[in-house]
Amino acid sequence: MGLLEKLKQGLKKTTQLLNTDIRDLFKTRGRLVDDEFLRELFEMLVKTDMGVEAAQEITDEVAVAFRARVVEMAEVLEQIKQKLKQLLAQPAAPIAMAATGPTVIMVAGVNGCGKTTSIAKLTHMFQCQGKRVVLGAADTFRAAAVEQLTVWANRLGAEIVTGPSGSDPASVAHRTVARALETQADVCIVDTAGRLQTQQTLMQQLSKIHRVLGKQIPEAPHEVLLVLDATTGQNGISQAKHFTDAVRCTGIVLAKLDGTAKGGVVVAIRKQVGLPVKLVGIGEKPEDLAVFEPGPFVDAMFAEMS
Amino acid sequence: MFESLQENLSAAIRALRGRGKLTESNMREGLELVRRALLEADVSVEVAKDFVARVAEKAVGERVLKSIDPTRQLIYIVYQELAALMGPVDHSLHLKPGVSILMLCGLQGSGKTTTCGKLGRYVAQRGRKPMLVAADLQRPAAIEQVQIIAQQLGLAVYAEPTAKDPVAVCQAAVKQAALVGAQVLILDTAGRLHVDQELMDELTLLDRRLQPDQVYLVVDAMTGQDAVRSAKAFNEALELDGVILTKLDGDARGGAALSVKAVTGVPIKFVGVGEHLDALEEFHPDRMASRILGFGDVISLVEQAKQKFDEEELQRQQAKLRKGEFTLEDFKNLILQTKRLGPINKLLSFLPGMGGLAQMMGDLDADIQLRRTIGIIDSMTPEERRNPKDLIDHSRRRRIAAGAGVEPHEVSELVKQFEPMADMMKRIANLGFRDRMKAVQELSSSGLLTPGARLAKQKVGTGKRLTPKERAKLKKERERMERRRKREEKRKRLGGND
Repeated sequence: MGLLEKLKQGLKKTTQLLNTDIRDLFKTRGRLVDDEFLRELFEMLVKTDMGVEAAQEITDEVAVAFRARVVEMAEVLEQIKQKLKQLLAQPAAPIAMAATGPTVIMVAGVNGCGKTTSIAKLTHMFQCQGKRVVLGAADTFRAAAVEQLTVWANRLGAEIVTGPSGSDPASVAHRTVARALETQADVCIVDTAGRLQTQQTLMQQLSKIHRVLGKQIPEAPHEVLLVLDATTGQNGISQAKHFTDAVRCTGIVLAKLDGTAKGGVVVAIRKQVGLPVKLVGIGEKPEDLAVFEPGPFVDAMFAEMS
Repeated sequence: MFESLQENLSAAIRALRGRGKLTESNMREGLELVRRALLEADVSVEVAKDFVARVAEKAVGERVLKSIDPTRQLIYIVYQELAALMGPVDHSLHLKPGVSILMLCGLQGSGKTTTCGKLGRYVAQRGRKPMLVAADLQRPAAIEQVQIIAQQLGLAVYAEPTAKDPVAVCQAAVKQAALVGAQVLILDTAGRLHVDQELMDELTLLDRRLQPDQVYLVVDAMTGQDAVRSAKAFNEALELDGVILTKLDGDARGGAALSVKAVTGVPIKFVGVGEHLDALEEFHPDRMASRILGFGDVISLVEQAKQKFDEEELQRQQAKLRKGEFTLEDFKNLILQTKRLGPINKLLSFLPGMGGLAQMMGDLDADIQLRRTIGIIDSMTPEERRNPKDLIDHSRRRRIAAGAGVEPHEVSELVKQFEPMADMMKRIANLGFRDRMKAVQELSSSGLLTPGARLAKQKVGTGKRLTPKERAKLKKERERMERRRKREEKRKRLGGND
């Protein structure tokens, strides 16, 4: 072997060495970040319901940072989790209370997402804080919706304002605020009928309720909570967009998080609409409502995967 | 989101189009986009993966690679596979003589109670006597809700307001059914999470004790990746007979349908398309396939076109066109054939790459416009239809307008527009399919297909127009002649003076 050949061979080794990341030199386990790795990661992310767009974005970031390195999937996931936790972070006190007078909260969402149950839970939460709550049963459309909220009101010992079936929900909302002012209640929560965000006339009706709530208290409603079913997939983005357009939602109550659904769509919603999750529903009982914490939520998103 | 997806797929199709035959590599790109489309529609990751693999296998086959238009074939395979996966259809409730029991189950808020009412109405309409049974003793006022719905529909209902045990309630309901002569019992069970063992056991018990003839899982069409897990759990606990997909009237793409079908294997029977109690439709896998894919009804359009276009008529017209004949009569037939496919605006939105055109047309109701056009043509004599330009004078124009109930100027406009259109049709008739599509797209981009817009007449040489050079030459000649004329006049004058 000539000197040149020898030199070449020596250099080849160096090149090989240079191609491996110095950080990976002493690793005995782990996987090479290649197309297959990235695809696997992408699928994991999609499984959380965060959506193709967000999943692709994160996968691309990982590809840039780690491609051709040897890593543990768990390590990569940990970094992703940290980022998601930062993204989903929000102030500790989720519900903005009015400085004086009753705090008006409007609750909206699609059919069957868990509005009425969430209101019962909210009521319980405020009562535990020693606050007095007036409920407004402004779902005058669905059969027995008023009865459903009334049952809760009786169970929880909260006052409720109702209207006859088929009557104008805005008038119920108006009377609820009036009643809250009159009795000097601390909180006033208005239920609305479930509606798909694509039904324009019903969305206009919702806007009207929103306007009416501000008639007696200019700042009201202080909170507009969108109740989102945690099992919802990508349609959640459309829900968040349309409801925010109609009634300027201030936050999300993520209901039914006690199942196996991850609720990852809130990541996409936070990115695209900016709406934060404020509370999570984790059961059927009034006390099953918790303040949203990004840490445990994000960990649960990837619980079975890493 | 929806729009972007449509764009994506259009892009995929474009990427495949114009590259000649399908190769494994260019198809992979298209399939990847199909996979994305499925995931965007909330189809489960695993199901989407299997699906794409299956399509790839089919598409790579020789038959496809040798076919004339591989792009269409790939789309067709994707669509067919999707529809096949969600089929076969079985809308029957399998009611038996005597009393049949249908049981609805599902997660909370999936729409069981509303569906219970809708099914009751469906059964009653088919001449059977249904009875709704309020077996949801969990949710406050669920019993009242069933009672109100039954009252609205005028149906029998069985409910025990203070009961605690759903099994006992249902058993009592069966006895009651025999007394009042109800034939179909529809049980509205409480919503439950598939991980709630206690409630799932209760459901299994209900199933064992009552032996319902049919058990249906009610699934929210907006469900995401979790659909697979919950459907699997319910199917294992109960042996489902069918699925009812609800809330399909929104903008959810409904990928859950595919996932649920794939894991349970049971047919999707019905879809809920509204809050009102008549909003229950039979499930059609082909429609659902298009919805999930998100590109309009491209394929059903192809299918529809195949069925509804009168092939012979079409060929006759093609032959005529090739010979350079295109009369108002042919034009009318063309409109009628197109109209049979559905409203024009919708038709255009079906076609990838034509969405923009449909948008442009906006409120302008193309169908009304076309009806008027047909009316005008119908009011003409056969000769006028063959040769409108030369034959239709003022008096004929007034007669035609009166016959069609339009203004005389509309008749003139049609005649004026018809000429360039006939030219265009003759031109298009001599092109192959791909070039024809290109031509139509060109037309649409130049605004020619917008109704109401005046079609520009193609400019034809009159034999009178001259180039600047020629004009300059002529001018020179004229001036020369003029000078000569003046000179001669002068000479004459002088000569005359002589």
